[in-house]
Amino acid sequence: MEAPPLHLALVGTPNSGKTSLFNALTGSRQKVANYPGVTVERKEGSFVTPRGRQVSLVDLPGTYSLRGRSPDEEITRDMVLGRAPGEAPPDLVLCVADATNLRLTIRLVLELKSTGRPLALVLNMFDIATRRGVTVDVPKLSAALGIPVVTSIAVRRGGTADLLDLTDAIAAGGVAPAQENRWQPLTAAQLRATQREADRIIGESVSLPTRPDTWTARIDAIVLHPVAGLLILALILFVMFQAVFAWAQPLMELLSSGFGALGQLVHDRLPEGLLQSFLQNGVISGVGSVVVFLPQIVIIFLFILLLEDFGYMARAAFLMDRIMGGAGLHGRAFIPLLSSFACAIPGIMATRVIDNRRDRLTTILISPLMTCSARIPVYTLIISAFIPDQQIWGWFNVRGLVMFGLYAAGIGSALLMSFLIKFFMLRDYQPAPFMLELPDYKMPRLKSIAIGTYTRAKMFLQRAGTTIFSMMVLIWFLASFPQAPAGATEPAIDYSIAAMIGKALAPLLAPLGFNWQIAVALIPGMAAREVAVAALGTVYAIEGGKEAAAQIGEMLATKWSLATALSFLVWYIFAPQCASTLAVIRRETGSWKWMAVTFFYMLTLAYLASFVTYQIAVALGAG
Amino acid sequence: MTDALPTVTTFPLGQAKRGYSGVVHRIDADTATGSALSASELESRLIELGFVEGARVQVLHEGAVGRDPIAVRVENITVAVRRREAMAVIVG
Repeated sequence: MEAPPLHLALVGTPNSGKTSLFNALTGSRQKVANYPGVTVERKEGSFVTPRGRQVSLVDLPGTYSLRGRSPDEEITRDMVLGRAPGEAPPDLVLCVADATNLRLTIRLVLELKSTGRPLALVLNMFDIATRRGVTVDVPKLSAALGIPVVTSIAVRRGGTADLLDLTDAIAAGGVAPAQENRWQPLTAAQLRATQREADRIIGESVSLPTRPDTWTARIDAIVLHPVAGLLILALILFVMFQAVFAWAQPLMELLSSGFGALGQLVHDRLPEGLLQSFLQNGVISGVGSVVVFLPQIVIIFLFILLLEDFGYMARAAFLMDRIMGGAGLHGRAFIPLLSSFACAIPGIMATRVIDNRRDRLTTILISPLMTCSARIPVYTLIISAFIPDQQIWGWFNVRGLVMFGLYAAGIGSALLMSFLIKFFMLRDYQPAPFMLELPDYKMPRLKSIAIGTYTRAKMFLQRAGTTIFSMMVLIWFLASFPQAPAGATEPAIDYSIAAMIGKALAPLLAPLGFNWQIAVALIPGMAAREVAVAALGTVYAIEGGKEAAAQIGEMLATKWSLATALSFLVWYIFAPQCASTLAVIRRETGSWKWMAVTFFYMLTLAYLASFVTYQIAVALGAG
Repeated sequence: MTDALPTVTTFPLGQAKRGYSGVVHRIDADTATGSALSASELESRLIELGFVEGARVQVLHEGAVGRDPIAVRVENITVAVRRREAMAVIVG
């Protein structure tokens, strides 16, 4: 009979190289899920030892101690103590240390020992330590700690051989039963005493580096310089933006036309009717509208993982902390908010780098206010139809100014909301202190980054795909039923539930200057913002594909007043017009409540802002 | 490493300028009145990042706005902290 898989758990301080060791051991055989009831990521992988033993490995959230001061750290504590509900207690805990920096990890090892669970120490990045002239007396360290100690180089082929042999040896000897758990949360005095003990052990078996890392200091002298550092950050962001908009565009168009062609194929092959419409407009364009975002997501995560691996993310947070802090945001919220300019979905997914739950929640709630790329087609259409293309004050183009104004309004309202959320909803909120390690710079490893990006992409397609897909089907249903009667002269959508809802909503939206056609177009626009453009075309019964955009513009210019157009633009700054984003918020916060909160606050904001815009515009004679 | 003489002048790390180099004298979380953390929590977190009595510290970098936060070398790692939390680290 085959032996049951051995359960191993990886524990370590942040920046200990835990994730690269996890990637080296398990490759792409990883499963990412959430722990039940919390939004903490559960990463599990599997591998087979040289002697053929099946091992399942869990990568626990990084921590400096077992005090459990955040949901992530509580998971680590509960897993190590074997208390986590529904989880097998680990047969062996592997504590991963950065061999160049043992102080904090050895203290963690001493704390882990008191839990009585079988424990081993892995000195990772041993190549870098050797290069710096650090020598470790491994047997002596092992004797002093009373646990097995092995060295590893996660990023090199064969660099985990010693660890695999140790795993085999432990498996062969029969897993030692866990000893008595004497662990108690440490007081500050005990922490201090443990740190002294750790420093004593290190002093006896580890030598100081003879060739310390000078690169990190040299790079930091520029990168953390108050002026040069901010310029470099701006440059990196500029490149990132370029990549997301310019590089992703051809791929997105390819995907989009691919799905379009697939839909057309279905359209041509199937007889006209419900099934055809469901497959083409519901399933294929529904799935398509989600998958189109994949290139942007891959590119953003590629950048984030590269910068994280290199060690730059902590520096970006350092540079931005005070600037973000003015609006009550944490330095780490910077990258997620930035990503939201491409699309709020990867932005919201990227908030996982914020370890404080409340800081993360605020960032998630305001991310959809950042002007995402899906708003651009809507803005462009309305601006080119209504705003004159002329220069003012010499070199400012009015259209450019309006576009800039729309972006600025998004950012401004996000900062204001952040302030209001902290003030009203999270009133007992204590700002999380900004205390984090600035790790030494490291050359990013392609394999690790590839695995990370692949995992994110898969997660996006799987998780968001299911929820978003069902919403798409719902929207298709609303826009298709009941069907147009035979011989109908109006577009089919006019007879649908969407139109009924739209017409019912029209009186409510009238103070915003919206007619019933706009109200109807807003419903399919929930699928993705830019769909509203096509929907307006449908409602105004305009035939044709992409070339129709200019035509829609001309049509709108004759049907809408300037006040309505401005009001519509303002609506799009704030309105929760994107079912995918709402679905991701539901996923990432693990609660319908925060999804509802986002929906209603954005709706209220949109309504008020559009109302004010329309009424003022009418009063000024633009009605 | 320890037992700094009483004659040595000590002051909070939160007031140190860039380039300052010294040794942690003690942790006194009560002096960090601006911090949102309770005194014991702040003390624990600082110790977890290596701020224990006798540790060598050096202020490497300062943020652009209000010279905050600061990047501090603590023995062989670099830690970023805001000045109001660094007020709890008494150096000399």
